[in-house]
Amino acid sequence: MGGIILGVILLIGLSAPFLGTRDPSQIDPISRNKRPGAVRVFTGADGRQTSTTYWMGTDSLGRDVYSRVLYGARVSLLVGVSVALISVAIGLVIGLLAGYLRWLDGFVMRIMDGLMAVPAILLAIALVSLSAAGLRAVIVAIVIPEVPRVVRLVRSVVLSIREEPYVEAAIALGARTVPLIIRHVLPNALAPLIVQATFVCASAIVIEAILSFLGVGIPPQTPTWGNIMAEGRVLFRLFPHNIFFPGIFLAATVLAVNIMGDGLRDSLDPRLRKHL
Amino acid sequence: MLGYIVRRILATIPVVTVVAVLAFLLLRLTGGDPAAIIAGDSATTQQVAEIRVKLGLERPIVQQFAIWIGRVVQGDFGESFFFKKQVAELIRDRLEPTAALAVCTTLLAVAIAVPLGVVAAAMRGTWIDRMVMGFSVLGFSVPVFVIGYALIYLFAIELGWLPVQGYQRLAEGFWGFLQRLILPSVTLAVIYVALIARITRTSVLEVLGADHVRTARAKGLGNGAVLLRHVLRNAAVPIVTVIGLGVALLIGGVVVTESVYGIPGLGRLTVDAVLARDYPTVQAVILLFSVVYVMINLLVDLTYTFLDPRIRY
Repeated sequence: MGGIILGVILLIGLSAPFLGTRDPSQIDPISRNKRPGAVRVFTGADGRQTSTTYWMGTDSLGRDVYSRVLYGARVSLLVGVSVALISVAIGLVIGLLAGYLRWLDGFVMRIMDGLMAVPAILLAIALVSLSAAGLRAVIVAIVIPEVPRVVRLVRSVVLSIREEPYVEAAIALGARTVPLIIRHVLPNALAPLIVQATFVCASAIVIEAILSFLGVGIPPQTPTWGNIMAEGRVLFRLFPHNIFFPGIFLAATVLAVNIMGDGLRDSLDPRLRKHL
Repeated sequence: MLGYIVRRILATIPVVTVVAVLAFLLLRLTGGDPAAIIAGDSATTQQVAEIRVKLGLERPIVQQFAIWIGRVVQGDFGESFFFKKQVAELIRDRLEPTAALAVCTTLLAVAIAVPLGVVAAAMRGTWIDRMVMGFSVLGFSVPVFVIGYALIYLFAIELGWLPVQGYQRLAEGFWGFLQRLILPSVTLAVIYVALIARITRTSVLEVLGADHVRTARAKGLGNGAVLLRHVLRNAAVPIVTVIGLGVALLIGGVVVTESVYGIPGLGRLTVDAVLARDYPTVQAVILLFSVVYVMINLLVDLTYTFLDPRIRY
């Protein structure tokens, strides 16, 4: 169910240019603040008339909200997926090291505790302020608060696995550390990691939207759901469509990712299902 | 027990230290001259030089940290060039709205979420249970500013029951204060309710299967009495834990909610400071929020010993 909604939104994002959209950043002073469904007739240089319907209205610069919302799906999904992949990769390496090398454990976990003591959104806001606003800065700023959560998960799996008799047996037989981790520890960490990755992805999409909405994220000319809403804030009382359409898409996407995560958790780990 | 309390308090020291180092490094990671950044764009060369001496920037970085943390401990976070005020003073001015919002939200969330979770667990598998769980997933997924605008649209613009935005200090009248706090608190409470209701349901379900609950039923206690006296008390530890951990969500939500509702609190201050690259203020706010978060979780851990006498570390 979650997968289907997500698939539709992914498809929308990918095929945005073919879904009757216009240039999402084209400014049109004549059609500012049009309500959803408004029709605008263009007269071309040769006198021929074409008409466009603004299905979701326009913003205060006359940009087509429908086009912006569709193109905005790209940024959200890109940020969500890349943050999930990067933070799981980094968290996996650090978690394996911390769980396996006792001398490193205490030090690494204190740093992770410290990072986790700063609320994620706050840390991300502070981090984006360090460099010029842009997609890469936003991704880095969201990855850093998410990594400790992955590290904790991986470390706890490693700590429980290394007590298992078959791992002790492998160590007793002289298995080297790296192959041991890859053959015995990694497969056990995989299922919870996949589940964690979906939740990281959902949280990354929300944080990106929040950063853009607050004006500290991706530059305003790029259409993202957060940016469209930020733009619509001032005239919200008169033209709520600028907030509602991207808001609905954002909520639906995050909901889809979360439902998918719940589904994955139930199917990958039957024990948890009984638990909840 | 005293030993446990002392050890638990000592355990917060490394965490707070790491946060302090992070906040300190924030300014150094910008890559520019910290003195010039703190002084702001309109500062004279002499002002920059003064700040450099004050912060001890010619000395090794460890000493710089010592100087900085020494001031911070005394409540001196430096001066904000953007707001032209001492940062400590700035924070004091903005504290009331944020504290009011946070307290109001927490009370509201606990008052709604715990009964919801208990009812869902007691009626497991029914449509009520499914509704509560569905709401919980939804509450996690709809971002706080989307909820905020939806509520403003419905209750303030369409129905006109409540003010759209703004804040009124408690000293200027209780009714106006409360009126302007209702929508932001409800907005912020949604994700918190989702979190707490979910954990309450899980932990109540776990206790419901325990032997002592069966005994209580067997001796003829009614459903309500069993839930209150034998179940909820035993399920309290995870619930209180998640209320403490949820404070992180609450703080993140405060930043957004205050922007949506135009509340002049610490969250709005954070965003303004970041936009103005006003690092002394950003450092102070991060440190403050994180220390509050760590302290609340310390308190939560300490309440375990009262909630569950079996816990002896």
